[in-house]
Amino acid sequence: MIPEWKIWLTIIGLGAASFGLRFVFLGLIGDRAMPEWVLRHLRYTAVAVLPALIAPLVLWPSATGGTFDPLRFTAAMATLVVGYKTRNVVASILAGAAILISGNYLLP
Amino acid sequence: MVATSTKSSFWRGFRTGVPFLMVIIPFGLLFGIVATDAGMSSFEALAFSVVVIAGAAQFTAVQLLQDQAPMVVVLASAIAVNLRMAMYSASMTPHLGRLPLWKRAMTAYFLVDQVYASAILEYEERPQLTLAEKFAFFMGVVTPICLPWYVATVAGTIVGNAIPPELGLDFAVPITFLAMIGPMLRTRAHVWAAIAAVAGALAFVWLPFNLGLMVGAIAGMITGAYAETRAEEAKA
Repeated sequence: MIPEWKIWLTIIGLGAASFGLRFVFLGLIGDRAMPEWVLRHLRYTAVAVLPALIAPLVLWPSATGGTFDPLRFTAAMATLVVGYKTRNVVASILAGAAILISGNYLLP
Repeated sequence: MVATSTKSSFWRGFRTGVPFLMVIIPFGLLFGIVATDAGMSSFEALAFSVVVIAGAAQFTAVQLLQDQAPMVVVLASAIAVNLRMAMYSASMTPHLGRLPLWKRAMTAYFLVDQVYASAILEYEERPQLTLAEKFAFFMGVVTPICLPWYVATVAGTIVGNAIPPELGLDFAVPITFLAMIGPMLRTRAHVWAAIAAVAGALAFVWLPFNLGLMVGAIAGMITGAYAETRAEEAKA
């Protein structure tokens, strides 16, 4: 059992840190202009952070204890390809979910 | 006129956010289930989701608390998972930095992955949006994403373990993020940024505290910026 004080210390500490991280640039820089080279790098934030976050989870899913899973990998690739081709987030999620769920029910 | 254009921006944001319910609800339910399993009350689980409002970091923290990890490790690991939020904040600043302080604090609080990804896609596709329209769009996306997150967490603490594992809930997060990455790959520079980020993250996956993610992200940003410069030189 986790002691109460540990739960609340985590909630408050993590909450404060998360807000701090999200506020640091928006709050402190605000409307001051940023140099062009900084903006150029910031344009690639999302397209760098999200793939870096996902790549290990796709190759070594936590649900399989970190072993490569062909079904999850196929579902992941289908999601990416459909999203790239259609530019449609919903179609892309549905494609991935359809493969994952049908695979889980149909495969032995 | 101004009122109607911000209103339509809000609703466009709202419609953009609605599909994420398919992810937010199962993910919130799952957090509620995991938190209950770890011995937390419904109130504690809800406090987690309201105060921290960051799914991946919340799962990390609860997992480590359950593993009896020292407090410093719990906080450091969960904060490391959330370091990307600072990059989101920097990336939003050119678009929302002129808002009054309290509105900037509000956007900072709600700056979760799905909201960020939706907002940045909109701002890049429609550079002519006014500041008020950008803020309205942001809050429009927030509404169907963040409020259901709280509700789903509490629901999860109540329903318990009734969800069949065949639904593959564990993979809901990777699928959502991948679905957002596809449409972001608009230019060759974006594709190179993503490839470099994946390569960096995988090569440094052995680093502690999720630092491989940071290495990959920085490698991706530098590669993207470099590819963009090269593309402009080739045009000129």
